[in-house]
Amino acid sequence: MKNKKIKVEAINNNRRRFLKMSGIALAGSGVLLACSNDDDFTPVDPDPDPDPNTFDLGGGDLGVLNYAYALEQLEAEFYTRVVNGSYWNGAASEEKQILQDLYNHEVNHREFFKAALNANFDADLVLPESLEFNFESVDFSNRNSVLETAQLLEDTGVKAYNGAGKIIETAAYLVIAGKIVSVEARHAAAIRSIRGNDMGDFKLFAGDDAVDPNTGLDGAEDPSVIINAAGGFIVTPFTANQLP
Amino acid sequence: MNIIKFLDEFTSENLSNKGSSRRDALSTFSSLGKKAALAAVPFGMATVTNKAKAATMFQSTEAVGALQLALTLEYLEASFYLQALNSNVLDEDGTGKANAIYEQISLHESAHVTLLQDTLVSLGETPVDEPTFDFTAGGSFDPFNENGTGQATAYAQLLALAQAFEDTGVRAYKGQAGALMGNDALLTAALQIHSVEARHASEIRRLRGLQGWITGNERGAGMPADTQAVYNGEENIIQGGVDVTTLGSGSPFTVDSSTEAYDETLTGDEASTIAGLFIV
Repeated sequence: MKNKKIKVEAINNNRRRFLKMSGIALAGSGVLLACSNDDDFTPVDPDPDPDPNTFDLGGGDLGVLNYAYALEQLEAEFYTRVVNGSYWNGAASEEKQILQDLYNHEVNHREFFKAALNANFDADLVLPESLEFNFESVDFSNRNSVLETAQLLEDTGVKAYNGAGKIIETAAYLVIAGKIVSVEARHAAAIRSIRGNDMGDFKLFAGDDAVDPNTGLDGAEDPSVIINAAGGFIVTPFTANQLP
Repeated sequence: MNIIKFLDEFTSENLSNKGSSRRDALSTFSSLGKKAALAAVPFGMATVTNKAKAATMFQSTEAVGALQLALTLEYLEASFYLQALNSNVLDEDGTGKANAIYEQISLHESAHVTLLQDTLVSLGETPVDEPTFDFTAGGSFDPFNENGTGQATAYAQLLALAQAFEDTGVRAYKGQAGALMGNDALLTAALQIHSVEARHASEIRRLRGLQGWITGNERGAGMPADTQAVYNGEENIIQGGVDVTTLGSGSPFTVDSSTEAYDETLTGDEASTIAGLFIV
């Protein structure tokens, strides 16, 4: 088990904020010290992707961070369209506030992963920042369509993070994934709660379709399952050949 | 029904009318309560924060400690929801909604107890015994209306305690994740419980008229000051060494949004201290 802390150094280069994995402390601001531990940075094996034109997420921490970045891009783009759509514009204040909050949180998550990836990995290993998405199946003027999709994306996010935890190699990343997944679960429950109220199903916030009533466990899925499930929304192709 | 109003009443009047009992309970919170909780957790989590000792501990011991702490918290929650459902206090809302929510949460918490017990047994460990709980915290609360506080105040307290327990559970599981690294099955199961606690927390908070997520270190309107320990530290804006408010501009990067977007951890010690208030 690796027990390193993520350190940041304060230089601001090309407007990037750098997070550095390092076993050593940084002395003084503006000074980046070299990592002394060889395993601070795990070299990534040569990309086995047979198609050099298709981006592969990579394996280990890199793969999980790229994977999370893709999912957060998807969620952030969805809520960006929601808060620019006509349903949200005329929505009841409670729903409006919730969806605005979800937009805020997901955009923050997206930019966090972008910063973390760019600080720790070479640029050509980092997922492109503007994945293209297809939301043709969503009617952003329709309340039910928006809320249904939000529920699907939040539940998917929970399952994705729960399933990815075991792939993470560095404790500090596991903790950050944990900090994010519980917020995704809070989102999922809130959206479900609104929809449940409509249906008179007051248990939908943690309904049996999401939480196994026998074990009390939420879902957990491998990246391959999640990427397949989200595939309908994702236009920019990428592979996850080094993830389960 | 105005939940916040009732909570304000019980916070400012009902409890202070009971003289010093509440304050006494609070002042002993971190001494007696902590000891009780640690006694209930054989692998006192304090050892995990002791780096010298932790370095020499086998990881499996650390993992078992994490599971025993989790089991203790699940015992607390399971017992709380079962007593809540048996108390009729939830009928106070007049719609059946609170009862339905508590039923679903109770189902999960009881399942978590069984799952954790079975897991510990499968690892060759003896699950900790269920502690004796006192959800009045020494007379400070009367969530099941057993001591004549009245249905309305009891209902408000029942919801406030549930919020505190769920938000604690989310933070406590998160704090133990590192101890389970290397055991994929245990880690995944713990994460699967963790997100369910977060669903519960969101719904209880919403039932109380709050947002499902935590802004800054705000415990939320109507929450007794005693519960502040559950929220301290949630104001953190530094993630992975980076101030996330600096990652962009606009509403996603305000301090409020930046704290809401990330739940924080509690150490085993901190979680034990909170649970300890309700352990006899």
